[in-house]
Amino acid sequence: MALPPLDSPQWNSRWLAFGWGLRSITQTILTIVLFVTYLGIGALAHDTHFSLAWALASTLFVWAGPAQIILITTLGSGATIIQSAIAVTVSAIRLFPMVVSVLPLMRTPTTKRRELIFAAHLTAVTLWVECHRFLPQVPRERRIAFVHGLGCGLVSVCLVANTVGYFLAANLTQTLGAAILLLTPLSFLFSTARNSREVADVVALVLGILLYPLAAKMNSGVDILVSGVAAGTIAYGVHWWRQVRA
Amino acid sequence: MSFAQAIGDWHALAVLFVAGVVPNQIWRMLGLWFGGGIDEGSELLVWVRAVATAILAGVIAQIVVEPPGALASVPDALRYGAVAAGLVAFLLARRSIFAGVVTGEVFMLAGKWWLG
Repeated sequence: MALPPLDSPQWNSRWLAFGWGLRSITQTILTIVLFVTYLGIGALAHDTHFSLAWALASTLFVWAGPAQIILITTLGSGATIIQSAIAVTVSAIRLFPMVVSVLPLMRTPTTKRRELIFAAHLTAVTLWVECHRFLPQVPRERRIAFVHGLGCGLVSVCLVANTVGYFLAANLTQTLGAAILLLTPLSFLFSTARNSREVADVVALVLGILLYPLAAKMNSGVDILVSGVAAGTIAYGVHWWRQVRA
Repeated sequence: MSFAQAIGDWHALAVLFVAGVVPNQIWRMLGLWFGGGIDEGSELLVWVRAVATAILAGVIAQIVVEPPGALASVPDALRYGAVAAGLVAFLLARRSIFAGVVTGEVFMLAGKWWLG
């Protein structure tokens, strides 16, 4: 499926643009990655004793895979609400630069801020990547509708994946249940590694993994935060040092 | 599964709102309100992105090191081996997410089967 040319009558209405956005989810491998990730989140929610409605509500209203996993694993391992909220808040900071960079692609001189609220809610790493790829092929005045369609399509795929993962975890043998839970760390590790273009990103990823077991020995309740801030700051230091030398 | 089981308790949903929904929407709405004035390549955002990546890396490590539920039935060495095998495949296949995930899964399942 190719998107129609910019001057095609196929872009004449908002609903048509929404439909093209919806159909575009079939044009990206990231849809499969999301499906697999959310299959794992559904299974994780089941094995840490959350309800299916809770898992689905977290996908609808949080709509950020890493945050959902941090929330489930920290609450599941006995952290307090405050400790979880802090870890999730820090992990979610990365949404800020994504929203900042993606909304100008959809804005026209007459666009009101409230028209962008839903697009901002839908913004997460997959949508952010796909907007940069698809939006140049979409007429500017139809981009918000297109993004709504694309986002709603991706959310729907993830809700289905959550439900399937939840029931698989409930009914599968232990080995297959373990296989579904392993999907989450694998898909996150490799999709993050793939998105790491700068040295700072690679250092943050590798150090973040290596420092966590050390931080966990402190048993502070915010171990993830301790290792994350330490590894991230060292990674930033490497970035800074390379800039100074260059 | 009954209706009440599917919903779970309201307390858990309240926790989801406080610790999950609010912390994410704050950043999105800040991006919407103040987005215009911030340079995407600024040093602060480089640090923020590095910390966010490292936190995510910590979560990946936590799931593998302190596995939840059924994953705990897989021996330590096999879990670490599966991630390592997936990483090798990912790199060999020129950063293919698909190759990495499939290899990791196959390694874990084959190991479980071999160990009995």
